[in-house]
Amino acid sequence: MHVHFLDPYRPRSSPIHRLDGRVKFVLILAFILTAALLPAGAWAPYGALFGLILLVEFLSALGMGYVLKRSALAFPFVLAALPVIFTAKGSIVAHLPFGLVVSEVGLERFASIALKSWLSVQAAVVLAASTQFPDLLVAMRAVRLPRLLVMLFGLMWRYLFVFADEVMRLTRARSARSGQSDLPNVKTGGSVAWRAHVTGGMAGNLFLRAFERSDRIYMAMLARGYDGEVRTLPLPAIRRVHWLVFIAGLAILVLLLILGFLF
Amino acid sequence: MHHSIEIEHLSFSYPDGHQALRDVSLHIAPCEKVALVGPNGAGKSTLILHLNGILTGKGDIRVCGLDVTEKNYGRVRAQVGMVFQTPDDQLFSPTVFDDVAFGPLYQGLPAQEVNARVDEALAAVHMNDYIRRVSHHLSVGEKKRIAIATVLSMKPEVLVLDEPTAGLDPRARRSFINLLKELPLTLLVSTHDMLLVEELFPRMVIMDEGKIVADGPTEQLMGDAALLEAHGLERQ
Repeated sequence: MHVHFLDPYRPRSSPIHRLDGRVKFVLILAFILTAALLPAGAWAPYGALFGLILLVEFLSALGMGYVLKRSALAFPFVLAALPVIFTAKGSIVAHLPFGLVVSEVGLERFASIALKSWLSVQAAVVLAASTQFPDLLVAMRAVRLPRLLVMLFGLMWRYLFVFADEVMRLTRARSARSGQSDLPNVKTGGSVAWRAHVTGGMAGNLFLRAFERSDRIYMAMLARGYDGEVRTLPLPAIRRVHWLVFIAGLAILVLLLILGFLF
Repeated sequence: MHHSIEIEHLSFSYPDGHQALRDVSLHIAPCEKVALVGPNGAGKSTLILHLNGILTGKGDIRVCGLDVTEKNYGRVRAQVGMVFQTPDDQLFSPTVFDDVAFGPLYQGLPAQEVNARVDEALAAVHMNDYIRRVSHHLSVGEKKRIAIATVLSMKPEVLVLDEPTAGLDPRARRSFINLLKELPLTLLVSTHDMLLVEELFPRMVIMDEGKIVADGPTEQLMGDAALLEAHGLERQ
């Protein structure tokens, strides 16, 4: 029995899935960078970015509902931008209690940040759902991320599932012993403080086990000749079609960025 | 007089579509000692997890006369002491005492009673000296014993063990078997240890591919070499 829900990859047969992971990775990063760099209130380029990501979502065959639902992840980030409404200086739109004033500039900035984060998260969702994790690791290597860091990401991914399974087994063992006495009028479940104490113990246990497992993994790596140097096979060449997609994608994004600053 | 375990036409599929149990029916009388054997992936652990509602399939299960339904989970879980294969999963508290006390504390028993139950349970597995020890630092054999104490403290009627002798050295295994002999409970044990089955269990149930393919006296089934071989088993 394993935990399945963690892996965001959704296998489909779509052009987006088939696109080389390295091209996809860099293009999505460029998309997010473009969204971040565009000045506040550049609505036309925002619209173009939105259209672009919608097109990608459509091509990816992931289902709009799936991507939009997942993109709700952007919401907490949007909340962090809320104070901007009140702190920016400019013509005042409304007065609120406690001496707060809503400025036009503030509203515009807030709306821009909200839209940008939403677009960026959508792009990230598409990337994660259409690319298998090992391909993402290859992409990270291809853009010359330090190999040690890439290996750490890989190990994290590998053992995240082991860890989640372990959490599942622990909580299962706990519920198996969460019984009810046959004495009448006895409240089950214990106090909140006691339950917190138990949960704390479980968290500590998990930490210790993760720590020990990392030791065992390291020893297993040493046993097979690991010497601190990460060695990998050379990457395969990127096909010409994918290069074309890459260049076209980058060109569009740069164009949008220039438009955003000009108008 | 009710049976300890009554399972009628139980079927179960995992969310990924794999059908792990197909129309399983099984009755176990109070204080009966039954071994559940079969190859890996036969559905033994899946069946066991149904006994206290951790997994729920189609079909009827009654444990100690209680329907295993959501409203009865509390009572059922107190009646079925389930010992998981890996003792590390069972022992999730910092000290041995905390772990053994978890069941009674959860049930809301008074402190005096909790202490008495912990002492009694640890005495039953001959581990009283370990009460203040940190579970994490025990040997596998010691952890197994503590794992049993953690369910004995709930005073269950049925004890269910998953692969109890896996990973034990001969001495730990021997003392563990002696311990199982002493316990006056209904016992359902899933295992690959055929010597254990011959020594301890008068009745044996063979599962394969999610079905019960044989159920009868251990001596008789063990004598049927063709049956054992057909289901990947071997008399040791």
